Amino acid sequence: MSTTVVSASGLSKRYQLGERRQRRWIGGAAGRAARRSEERPATDFWALRDVSFDVQEGEVVGIIGRNGAGKSTLLKLLSRITYPTAGRAEIRGRVGSLLEVGTGFHPELTGRENISLNGAILGMQRRELQRKFAEIVEFAEIDAFIDTPVKRYSSGMYVRLAFAVAAHLEPEVLLVDEVLSVGDIGFQRKCLGKIEEVARQQRTVLFVSHQIDSIQQLCQRVLLLKAGQVQAFGPTQDVIGAYLSDAATSETGEFDLWAHPTRAGHHTPVIRRLTLCTDDGSTTTRYGPYDAMVAEILVEPAHTLREPVVGLGISDHFGRRIFTVASFFEPEGLEPITGLSRIRCRIPELRLGSGRYLVSVSVQDRYHGELDGLENVAEFEVIWQNSYGTGEAYRPVFGPVLSRSRWERLDP
Amino acid sequence: MRSSTIIEPPRGWVFFPLREMWAYRELLYFLVWRDVKLRYKQTALGVVWVALQPVVLAVMFTIVFSRFLSAPSAGLPYPAFVLAALVPWQFFASAVSRSSLSLVANEHLLTKVYFPRILIPLAAVLTASIDMFFTLLVLSGVLVYYGIGLSAAALLLPLLVALVVMAATGIGLLLSALNVRYRDVQAIVPFMTQIWLFATPIAYAATLVPASWRWLYDLNPMVGVVESFRWAITGGSAPQSLPSALVVITVLTMAGLIYFRRAERDFADVV
Repeated sequence: MSTTVVSASGLSKRYQLGERRQRRWIGGAAGRAARRSEERPATDFWALRDVSFDVQEGEVVGIIGRNGAGKSTLLKLLSRITYPTAGRAEIRGRVGSLLEVGTGFHPELTGRENISLNGAILGMQRRELQRKFAEIVEFAEIDAFIDTPVKRYSSGMYVRLAFAVAAHLEPEVLLVDEVLSVGDIGFQRKCLGKIEEVARQQRTVLFVSHQIDSIQQLCQRVLLLKAGQVQAFGPTQDVIGAYLSDAATSETGEFDLWAHPTRAGHHTPVIRRLTLCTDDGSTTTRYGPYDAMVAEILVEPAHTLREPVVGLGISDHFGRRIFTVASFFEPEGLEPITGLSRIRCRIPELRLGSGRYLVSVSVQDRYHGELDGLENVAEFEVIWQNSYGTGEAYRPVFGPVLSRSRWERLDP
Repeated sequence: MRSSTIIEPPRGWVFFPLREMWAYRELLYFLVWRDVKLRYKQTALGVVWVALQPVVLAVMFTIVFSRFLSAPSAGLPYPAFVLAALVPWQFFASAVSRSSLSLVANEHLLTKVYFPRILIPLAAVLTASIDMFFTLLVLSGVLVYYGIGLSAAALLLPLLVALVVMAATGIGLLLSALNVRYRDVQAIVPFMTQIWLFATPIAYAATLVPASWRWLYDLNPMVGVVESFRWAITGGSAPQSLPSALVVITVLTMAGLIYFRRAERDFADVV
């Protein structure tokens, strides 16, 4: 018989926008963009509205949705960092929340000291921590540096140590926000393994991720949020399917950048619009791993660009640049630009693993430097269904970049 | 039977969850431990700095006020007179400024983990009280040097320490919570403590204040605290400023607790 461990009914959270400076009501780049455009008088914004669901003991539930859909707000409410405006939730058992790796880590303190501090912050008792200390150090693979201040750690070591402490938290209900995205691939795999282990021990996990693959791997059920409301809650495959098809219809692939709030202050707008298309010219934000991507950039420079350099940068969802294409990388370059013009760029094969990617655009003049540039302003998704025609799923551990390869057996 | 957490919109006045604060006592310990550790990381003299600060101030005050201005010192040698006041004052000033900045300085904790928020300003006050312990040692050294014995009133010293800790806590809670919303507090605190220093009988005796102004002067709770610390050494009758200090400190502490409890609900959203 299963028992309900997390039960939410009618959870709602309202924020007031534009009244005074507001921070952190939505995570990530989209949040920053939305925030800056919110200089209007106070208006209400429902980060969550009437969210109800039940989670049974031992379940691993994924929470997905676009940026600003309310995923992080939901976790913040459940972990009592902020209060709901209305509604009620009940969680049975000890709650551990991991909204960030390394909360409270201090660079001046040593690894050993940070383990104690971070453990206490996450709610571990001292005795429990002492018992697990050796295990934590081993998991983090840092034993030689345990008495070194963490400011001297490499970023990899820092993240490993931080996750190691969190991974040894033994709550009955674990709330995890996008934390598996840190560290190298090997370590990510170890973290996923740790969450699976937690789940096997009949503990309950609520898990926010943008990585559909991790969700598929870990979760039995998925909660899909859209604009603060529950759009679907059910078996993983069904909900992910609904999410992905929704993405295709709701996003047109046209990104208006003329008055974009993330533009650096010193730039006068030159880039008007970015349109992502397929090879046949229809706009999209979804690509297959080996699809061609066609990007059209509408520009309007104030004066003629005699030797224009237009570039596109593709970054992964966490802002790490995967590759850059630019007109001056190509021998034929780009002809001079005068007045309103459409610049077309075709990338014959994306060769990206499944996931969400961000596009940056830049327009430069060979002699005048960068005229306009916008970072991570368009999002597209690479979807890998039935990956190799063999049913093998793409996994993040394979790395973000793909390559074709041919295999044959040779006689010895 | 497992514990169960209820998450609901806050309603009306709620008391501090004392049981929960008890459950998080180790975090309080670690917050204090962190602050103490951090203070002496990469310092050559370490804890000596704590003792040095009041000593240097006492020397300065002695030169300026005793030598140059010949300020009266209630029958005590001037260095002992000023140090007896500096012990509570230094604690108070450092506890108030540390705690009022504490919540904003720990913003990353407020927005990422749950724990009783009051632990943060409390930890700041506790860190400062550890310093007070060392300055009390310095004061006893000075008393021994001058061969000054303690009076029976010295038995009240633990209570007086508790009183000044309470004063700092109340004001610290109030200012730390205000600072989350209005960063103006950050700008006000440094010069507020400076003005406060002069409004408190540290370098001079309160007897210099005109009698017609005493009622107003005594509303500064630190007047009562400082005079009582001296009283613990000299004995005699209790200072007339003590009752009003007790009242003002109680009111401030209540106000601090109530405002903090009200304001902490949206710390994570506002900070």
